[in-house]
Amino acid sequence: MSLTVTALSVEKSGTPILADVGFTVSSGRITGLIGPNGAGKSTLLSALIGLVPASGRIAFEGNDLPAMHRRDRAQLLAFVEQSAVTEERLSVRDVVALGRIPYEATWQTEPSADDTNVIAQALADTGTTDFADRRFATLSGGEQQRVHVARALAQQPRLLLLDEPTSHLDIRGQLQLLALLRQKAEAGMTIFIALHDLNLASRYCDHLVVLDRGRCAAQGVPADILTPELLRTVYGVAARLVFDEANHRPLIVYDEAIAGAHAQIPD
Amino acid sequence: MTISRQLSLPALAVLLVASAVAAVTFGPADITPQEVWSVIAHHFGLIPDSPVSRLRDAIVWELRLPRVVTALCVGAGLALSGAVMQALTRNPLADPYLLGLSSGAALGAVSFALAGLTLLMPVGAFFGSLAALACALLVARLLGGATPSRAILAGISISALASAMTSLLIFWFATGDSYREILSWLLGSLSGSLWTDAGLSLLVLVVCLPIILANGRALDAFAFGDTAAASLGVDVARLRWTLLGATALLTGVMVAIGGAIGFVGLVVPHAVRLAIGAGHRRLLPHVTLAGAIFMLWTDTAARTLFDPRELPVGIITALIGAPVFLLVLLRYRRIT
Repeated sequence: MSLTVTALSVEKSGTPILADVGFTVSSGRITGLIGPNGAGKSTLLSALIGLVPASGRIAFEGNDLPAMHRRDRAQLLAFVEQSAVTEERLSVRDVVALGRIPYEATWQTEPSADDTNVIAQALADTGTTDFADRRFATLSGGEQQRVHVARALAQQPRLLLLDEPTSHLDIRGQLQLLALLRQKAEAGMTIFIALHDLNLASRYCDHLVVLDRGRCAAQGVPADILTPELLRTVYGVAARLVFDEANHRPLIVYDEAIAGAHAQIPD
Repeated sequence: MTISRQLSLPALAVLLVASAVAAVTFGPADITPQEVWSVIAHHFGLIPDSPVSRLRDAIVWELRLPRVVTALCVGAGLALSGAVMQALTRNPLADPYLLGLSSGAALGAVSFALAGLTLLMPVGAFFGSLAALACALLVARLLGGATPSRAILAGISISALASAMTSLLIFWFATGDSYREILSWLLGSLSGSLWTDAGLSLLVLVVCLPIILANGRALDAFAFGDTAAASLGVDVARLRWTLLGATALLTGVMVAIGGAIGFVGLVVPHAVRLAIGAGHRRLLPHVTLAGAIFMLWTDTAARTLFDPRELPVGIITALIGAPVFLLVLLRYRRIT
């Protein structure tokens, strides 16, 4: 019971985006955030990192996250976006070094010995050491996303939030990224990740939180959560579940979209 | 590599001082560097009896030195404004002139001047540049997000409107004398700079520079946008308003003093970035010194090339800057 969200509500210009959302994310686990487009996944993550004003409680390991100083919060939690690009002439190492910003003094001009070690470790953990001196903009999408994770790891967070980090990656890139997160979770990091692909969520997440139209529709282990009933009511699809013996996880086989299911609002 | 990293800033500082002394010696009256030092030492009370004649002393102390100091400060201020705006708006094409700040400042300054508030021209320029910046960003947002090309188009439209209003004001209210004066100033010129101009530009630079330098690392955090910066612990809204306020103040005052001198904020930061890389903690001090040196030499060229006629320095910076603008446009064509 590490990240606890209670009665979280967010409004944008009078329209409720999230209403009374509550769930827990256990430490040392990967918890997946799933739900159709427009369910409020990105808004929820934005509220957790303090970008969107929200009512309710967000507590992490005894800290009231919204009340924390920005800098302290950035030492506690890191965030990886769907895909973030830059036109600046930054090397991979420069990008990873951004993760040290929450630890730097105002007039510090060069990274400290400690910073250098943490950056080197983050590069090594993500397998990006080999292209540390290449320009970030020249990397492939999968490589860029690994560098973003390295930047987040350089923040030495105890809580890592990711917003659909796999959506621009090929399947190999997706599996590599999720395997890396699995390692980090086993090392004790708390990971909360929004995912589109339900089979990936089933395969890699220990726990799932389902958002539907701004409300928390269900939470629990994938085998309990992913049911034909939930896929029909939340996603508006007819699907069957088969059990993958090798991974002991449910696998979803999609049949068709159900006519007349609720209209979906794009993100 | 590490030695050149550490020496590049002192080297620029030495180049700046040497350039300043050299620029004072240039002009119709031949002045030697020794005379320049003597005059400066004399006015700072270091040598009681100056070996320099009173006329030559006046040329150095009353005419050339104030202009050199003004050029250095205006160049530093405009270049710094450009670098900050490029980082904050994530727009490699951002420049106080191209985003309409200079025209807004001109409108504000001319309005105050014609209302008889000549001494408050910098204040008018500050509010004019702030208003132009706010309008440009608002228009860009109305166009659906401030992409580089949208911000520039917004800047052009604001700039055109402010220029037209300035022309209208001048046409309607200005008398013969003030007309000529305002016109030469609008083209961008440092001719006739006094110690009051030098002092004011230096004061504003001294106020804004530490604020901007202290946020150099936070500007790095903007490389991947607002969300990324916020997740690194940067107070995005406060930083944006602080730095946009500082840039508006810098641009406004520099334009009130030197007129709409364009492209300095584009040319200098891009050249420096190519030389030393993108990190703002190193970039910003280098841009400050390089901008000062760039402005000093373009202004020296402006007053000596066609002697005895003087060219408005804005023409020279535009002749250099417009091709650089095109190069930057081509380099970043994917994102514009």
